[in-house]
Amino acid sequence: MTAASLRSKDLVGIEPLTPDEITLLLDTAESMRAIGERAIKKVPALRGRMVVNLFFEASTRTRFSFETAEKWLSADSLNFAAKGSSVEKGESLLDTARNLQAMSPDLIVIRHGSPGVPHFLARHLKAGVVNAGDGAHEHPTQALLDALTIRQKLGRVEGLNVTIAGDIAHSRVVRSNIWLLTKMGAKVTVCGPPTLLPVHIDRMGVRATTDFDAALDGADVVMMLRMQLERQGKSLFPSVREYFRHYGLDAKRLSRANPKAIVMHPGPMNRGVEIASDIADSDRSVILEQVSNGVAVRMAVLYLLLGGHPWEGES
Amino acid sequence: MSRALLVRGGNVVDPVAGRNGRADVLLKDGLVAEVADRIEAGDAEVFDAARLHVFPGFIDLHTHLREPGREYAETIHTGLRAAAAGGFTAVCAMPNTSPVNDSREVCEFIRLRGEGAASARLYPVGAISKGQKGEQMTAFGELAEAGAVALSDDGTWLADGGLLRAAFEHAGLFGLPIVQHAEDRSLSEGAPMHEGAVSTRLGLSGQPAVAEAAAVARDLLLADLTRGRLHVAHLSTAASLELVRRAKASGLNVTCEVTPHHLLLTDEEVAASAYSTRTKMNPPLREASDLTALATGLADGTIDAIATDHAPHGADEKAVEFDNAPFGVVGLETAVSVVYDRLVARGRLSLERFAALFGAGPAKAFGLPGGTLAPGSPADLTLFDPETRWKVDPTRFVSKGRSTPFAGWELGGAPAATIVAGTIVWQRVEL
Repeated sequence: MTAASLRSKDLVGIEPLTPDEITLLLDTAESMRAIGERAIKKVPALRGRMVVNLFFEASTRTRFSFETAEKWLSADSLNFAAKGSSVEKGESLLDTARNLQAMSPDLIVIRHGSPGVPHFLARHLKAGVVNAGDGAHEHPTQALLDALTIRQKLGRVEGLNVTIAGDIAHSRVVRSNIWLLTKMGAKVTVCGPPTLLPVHIDRMGVRATTDFDAALDGADVVMMLRMQLERQGKSLFPSVREYFRHYGLDAKRLSRANPKAIVMHPGPMNRGVEIASDIADSDRSVILEQVSNGVAVRMAVLYLLLGGHPWEGES
Repeated sequence: MSRALLVRGGNVVDPVAGRNGRADVLLKDGLVAEVADRIEAGDAEVFDAARLHVFPGFIDLHTHLREPGREYAETIHTGLRAAAAGGFTAVCAMPNTSPVNDSREVCEFIRLRGEGAASARLYPVGAISKGQKGEQMTAFGELAEAGAVALSDDGTWLADGGLLRAAFEHAGLFGLPIVQHAEDRSLSEGAPMHEGAVSTRLGLSGQPAVAEAAAVARDLLLADLTRGRLHVAHLSTAASLELVRRAKASGLNVTCEVTPHHLLLTDEEVAASAYSTRTKMNPPLREASDLTALATGLADGTIDAIATDHAPHGADEKAVEFDNAPFGVVGLETAVSVVYDRLVARGRLSLERFAALFGAGPAKAFGLPGGTLAPGSPADLTLFDPETRWKVDPTRFVSKGRSTPFAGWELGGAPAATIVAGTIVWQRVEL
């Protein structure tokens, strides 16, 4: 049984969603994919609606993906890129919210380095708020596009063994994926060096281990996370070479996984740090499909948050 | 000379004097003249306290008044009036003002401003080091002469062990306690919340509980070495409490305080409020196991005082990202009621311990007058109505600060009147 609509005006994370809502989003995204495969990639679904893309942190993939989704749905979009925090700008976040509200947007897509900023905007704005990544908290559309990709490749999410490896502590992708995958019945293992595994991560309903080989045994999905190189040299990890040796995905390691296992990465990749180039480019890798699915998922999110009913295609 | 005031028929709770029952209290010339079952009024003004608890005046060991320097957030005047409205007859003003209270001049300014407010009493706390920089000791003797009752580098733990050793030794000359905000920054890294399952879920960096306990352990070792007087400010973890308990058992002259929010709220509050900055303070809200330990510490006497850590900020300053917001919430106008309603009224804390934790305990910790109604004590009384029901509405605070995790709480019991030196400085007005 699929939900007919989303309960909230906002998508601040996967955590508040029900499995039915997740299924609705994925099914809608599935139908949206057809639009991208046509010669004329535009439907009038969101004509006259305004979406503001508010990016306080650098992003190429996610911002382009949202913009493409908005264009294909015929929404009017405004792009606002800023750097840093409200404190650095000398304007409180509340003032930012009030200024936005004065422009009467229908939806705000927000990327920010501080966890909780989408929640703050959602509290203070009439417009819907979509979290496009808030610090190390959540990145819900990434988890949705990952799930869509898994569903396409393996036919289901339920019952799969999913291993997510790398910098767990600083990753918003991992948190959204943990919520989504566990809600949908997958078994999730997270793996990383002890300094990059946050305390009590197991209380999110996952198995946590520092042993990468063991984490890969029997995995159906291997999701590698980006190692943020600026953390090298701090006490978190001493060198790239040491990191790859223990936590890099190469062919030998991948052989421990299910022979049909797929390899995912949210990008941008550090080849030779967390993933060997030949694996990234192999037929096991679904990294570029993830990117394509990103647009469909974001179309589904925008469409459903702005009051759309299950997408039946154009009438 | 103030007129005599007879507080009639209240339930007088004075654990130091061993009194818990209906009595009259006669106040004369700023002092307690007599406490007895029945006192003739004579020419004294009579205050009917028939339905009220009458406590020796409540003292807050940990208040930030923001003046001088950040008068937009709080002034000495608004802060002391807020204190009186919250049932406090005296507060200890922490030194992290601008300029820092590290000199006789600043200390005298603060003390005189407090006297001018004609409200709750103000006891200044001087800085241990100049500018709270942790490098050079302040002139403890001059600060004491100017009215300082304790020494603290406040929000900054004095990490330099050699300097702390010297501070303990030198402060002993003047009988001043050293108050430490126990936080090893190399472990806490200024993280905005407690490190645990909730910080992991929320993607916020966390301060591990051990950042506090490690600092407390080091401070206790140096207090032992120097026979120094250590007071641990806003203690928040089970591990720190256990260290203090053992130190007390071994005969160390150590005291500690806890705040109402650390007694009653956990880090889940950050998640439940969806990252509201009214749940951001330092030390951060901890875990359920810490709350259980602190409740035990209240009852068994390991904890000497409940203090507010009242830390007002401008509304704009708190209306920012959670990890960029300043630490601190206000507490003067909620502390007494919140603790009464959640702990006393629900049978988790006796009325006598309640009185001691707000009165005798703080007085003893900093060597302040009061904490009892023995004849000759200051005529400072907290009158409390256990029946009044009210809802915490920050827009009605006397304090300029509005950020509190207790906003919206429905409470049973409220301060009814606050008497300082025999004068009613605040009285509840029913709207």
